Amino acid sequence: MILPEYAVLFIILAPFIGGLLAGIDRKLTARMQGRVGPPILQPFYDVGKLFQKEQIVVTPSQHFYVLSYLVFIVASGALFFAGGDLLLVIFAFTLAHIFLVLGAYSSYSPYSFIGAERELIQIIAYEPMIILAAVGMYMVTKSFFVWEIMASSLPLILYLPGVFLGFLMVLTIKLRKSPFDLSTSHHAHQEIVKGVTTEFSGPMLARVEIAHWYENVFLLGFIYLFFAWNPLVGVIAIIVAYLLEILIDNTFSRATWKFTLKSAWIIAGMMGLVNLGVLYYLSGVVPV
Amino acid sequence: MTHLSKSPWILHYDASSCNGCDIEVLACLSPLYDVERFGIINTGNPKHADVLVITGGINEQNREVVKNLYDQMPDPKVVVAVGICASTGGVFRECYNVVGGIDCIIPVDVYVPGCAARPESIIDGIVRALSILEEKKKNPAPGRAAMGGER
Amino acid sequence: MITLPFLILFPAVIAILLLLVSADAWRRLVVKAGALIIGIASLYLLFITPETGPGFFPVAFDSISELMFLAEMVIAAFLVYLGIKYKKYLAIFLVVAQAALLVYYESLAGSGTHTVPNLFIDQFSLILALIIGIIGSLICVYALGYMATYQEHHPEVRDRRRTFFFLMFFFLSSMFGLVFSDFLPWVFFFWELTTLCSFLLIGYSGTGEAVNNAFLALNMNLLGGIAFVGALLYLAFVSPGGELLNISTLIHSGHMVALVPAVLIAFAGITKAALMPFSAWLVGAMVAPTPVSALLHSSTMVKAGVYIIVRFAPVLTGTMEGLIIGLIGGFTFLLASAIAISQSNAKKVLAYSTIANLGLIVACAGVGTYKLVWAAILLIIFHAIAKSLLFLCVGTVEHRIGSKDIEDMTGLIVRMPHVAVMMFIGIAGMFLAPFGMLISKWAAIEAFIEAQFGLIFVAILAFGGSITVFFWSKWMGKIISVCPVAVKVENRIPQEKWIALSLLTAMTVFICLAFPLISSHLIEPFVLSVYGATTRLSQDNVIIMVMMLFLLMIMPFSLLWFRKEKNIVPPYMAGRPSTPDLHFLGSMGVTRQVTLGNYYLEEVFGEKRLFMAGTALCLGLILLVGTLTAGVAL
Repeated sequence: MILPEYAVLFIILAPFIGGLLAGIDRKLTARMQGRVGPPILQPFYDVGKLFQKEQIVVTPSQHFYVLSYLVFIVASGALFFAGGDLLLVIFAFTLAHIFLVLGAYSSYSPYSFIGAERELIQIIAYEPMIILAAVGMYMVTKSFFVWEIMASSLPLILYLPGVFLGFLMVLTIKLRKSPFDLSTSHHAHQEIVKGVTTEFSGPMLARVEIAHWYENVFLLGFIYLFFAWNPLVGVIAIIVAYLLEILIDNTFSRATWKFTLKSAWIIAGMMGLVNLGVLYYLSGVVPV
Repeated sequence: MTHLSKSPWILHYDASSCNGCDIEVLACLSPLYDVERFGIINTGNPKHADVLVITGGINEQNREVVKNLYDQMPDPKVVVAVGICASTGGVFRECYNVVGGIDCIIPVDVYVPGCAARPESIIDGIVRALSILEEKKKNPAPGRAAMGGER
Repeated sequence: MITLPFLILFPAVIAILLLLVSADAWRRLVVKAGALIIGIASLYLLFITPETGPGFFPVAFDSISELMFLAEMVIAAFLVYLGIKYKKYLAIFLVVAQAALLVYYESLAGSGTHTVPNLFIDQFSLILALIIGIIGSLICVYALGYMATYQEHHPEVRDRRRTFFFLMFFFLSSMFGLVFSDFLPWVFFFWELTTLCSFLLIGYSGTGEAVNNAFLALNMNLLGGIAFVGALLYLAFVSPGGELLNISTLIHSGHMVALVPAVLIAFAGITKAALMPFSAWLVGAMVAPTPVSALLHSSTMVKAGVYIIVRFAPVLTGTMEGLIIGLIGGFTFLLASAIAISQSNAKKVLAYSTIANLGLIVACAGVGTYKLVWAAILLIIFHAIAKSLLFLCVGTVEHRIGSKDIEDMTGLIVRMPHVAVMMFIGIAGMFLAPFGMLISKWAAIEAFIEAQFGLIFVAILAFGGSITVFFWSKWMGKIISVCPVAVKVENRIPQEKWIALSLLTAMTVFICLAFPLISSHLIEPFVLSVYGATTRLSQDNVIIMVMMLFLLMIMPFSLLWFRKEKNIVPPYMAGRPSTPDLHFLGSMGVTRQVTLGNYYLEEVFGEKRLFMAGTALCLGLILLVGTLTAGVAL
């Protein structure tokens, strides 16, 4: 059953949660580096400031792509929280990212161009694993619909430990954390200037930032699915997973695109596929 | 007060500094001074930056670059000249290839003296620049189009 | 029912007419009128196709089979002549071998056959007929404009436009014959005709490369042809009465009898659809003029290969042979997609993507559960439309900018805005939600999970699907980057091209809205009649997809709002001042211009390496399936 009210809740609340999350992230990162760090609300100040800046563009069509990126990220997240079909959510999510890439391409700028190419490499690096994760959930719960996966009383994580680890790996790519922040990165990190976002500025950059908040909330929701049978464990898992990502961010230096692609695919193959294979084999022996 | 002064993003450019001031600027980012406390971030991109921090004076090689970086920053924006060379040309002022301080190319809002400038004074300079940033938001300078635009 | 023979014969009549007419104005008239009538007639099929099961139409004329045999011998003689002329001895050998087998078959079956061959139509034939009739005739109209420019640009190529249009329409005729025939020897006859048309059209320009590639295509298709005759021979042995020579009876006759011919015919289908060991011919076929690539080598002829495999899917399903054929398709999908990343020639990218998608269709058909057949047919439809649109766009662009290299298409959105938008839609149609191809891939993933050994295919789809994202997006990125030096050159494009392009673009979008209807009225009845069960996307998802499509169509209007943007600055060039046309002072005081090139990742996705891997893998699988089948046959 599709639940539109959760979609509305997501659309309203996700920016606040995502922004806070980014603020906590920065604070923790600073503490790990022995600094005081910015206020928790800093991401909101940043976005507020960006909206107050003058808008400059290289080409007006950038606006179209960035706006579409935001709209489709929100749409796919809303669909996810409404309980829609997981594969459709993933495809809508990819569509949104293609818009971001196209926005970077449209400016004909050397830096955003390289960023766009790298973003594409990242997409092909993480996408198989995300699809395999959805497939794994289907194999356990016999449904692609998020609401049915949520309603399942089976502890998915026990069936899909490999898939979950693989998902954590690509989550690092998705959250733009080191060592996989190839195409652009957050706060003080820099890579090929700012990669994909180099030519976005002012309000346009603010939209990209907000889209990223939405995206993060959606990704954490995805983690929750693995633990949906017990909400408390689910919340704890989200917190632990995110802390782990912050730790990884602060301990690893940036990898090359080749390493990123290879490791993501090998992990997806080793962890994800092997896990699914075992599940597939077992489903013939003992009904799940 | 708007959000402008809570989230100043910096573009740091070394014009022709001896690197002394640059080390001090970077020291501000270190755990000891930690300017991120104030929301200050060192971006590498003029299109994201609010404050242009320049060390060293203008020479023939970089006058166009400084102008270009300044032009590519969206309004409102401020310029902080860090160190005596950036402020006036310093000891290099009379060199054959040195034009002078930053202000002979672009308008400078805050001068931070010193050779090299101390981190404390750099932070002080940037914090002062923030109120100018707010000021510029309230009374905007003529727009790009009025100034002839870029292209 | 007169429409079926009409659709087979009428294009042939037009073809002969075009062979006779030499004045350009008359040719235009004949082609347009012919295309219009063929299009309307194939639409008319919608009303006469029975709702359930196939409709059979006996052909009154008795000696057709003899005439066909005679024609096949004439064709063989003609091919031998060409083989001698160009010193292609392998081709001669294959032609002679095939002809000899055919004579043998005729001597076996000719006396004993008492069944009356039928023309037939069911929803699947109808879908193919609509693709041939509508897309095919649109491409013929497009070819009018294209060939005029082509001859201008290539004065060294002898103007054989009469032959060209003859072949195009003759091809349409044989395709109609192929999808309406129930009697396998007839299917084979039309099969050979399409091979012949393809061979002659690839060699159109007569250059050394074209001739070589034409013979390459011929050889590989002849291999398939020989397998096809092998299937006929086997059936002639098994059922001397000839009852099993009808597809409709054969597929219901059980694995014991039908499996061997099904595998042999599937092999023929694999050669025709240019799956992995045979993919070279389709890539080589890109030397042909673009309308040929669009018509034969993406939307129709290669579809005949997958058509026949989908027809035999009920026989293949659940068998080891079917699974292996599916695997050949699956690996082809994965590797051909990966190779496409390393290509910068637009037509080659399209060729590899075509091979990949045909592979995916074969993967669905080989595993062959009812859900997968549903997905396979959906793939056939969406692929035909979007791919032909893309080919025609590339052809148009090639004539205006003088290159079909994707790197040269930088800033196409400024140089040829309308064509670029159409190309953009075509590319989006190939891989993005909520457009057609993605719907089909999605359906395929869901269907594979439940199939036997489906996990392998799910993995192939997960990886292959994301690989396609890469090469399509970087192409999209190239055409939409707003390059400041671009000059608008979108003039002097003939009206015929515009007609075909705009209609195909409209269809690409429209088909996404209409696909639930197509599914419920065409695909589901077919799947239901063959398997007794059918599938569809859930109602919720369809609604969401339609909403997404509308959202996608609304978004461009935001450009009207943003158009007022005044603060336009040059891109960031690391502080280097650059001129409006992006010249900057580089090191050593040399002025340079910014040029941006895509990633091709040759090291990882190089053509040679992956092609070798694919050939080895798929050839091994073919040998395996051959051994298995031989075991069954003996």
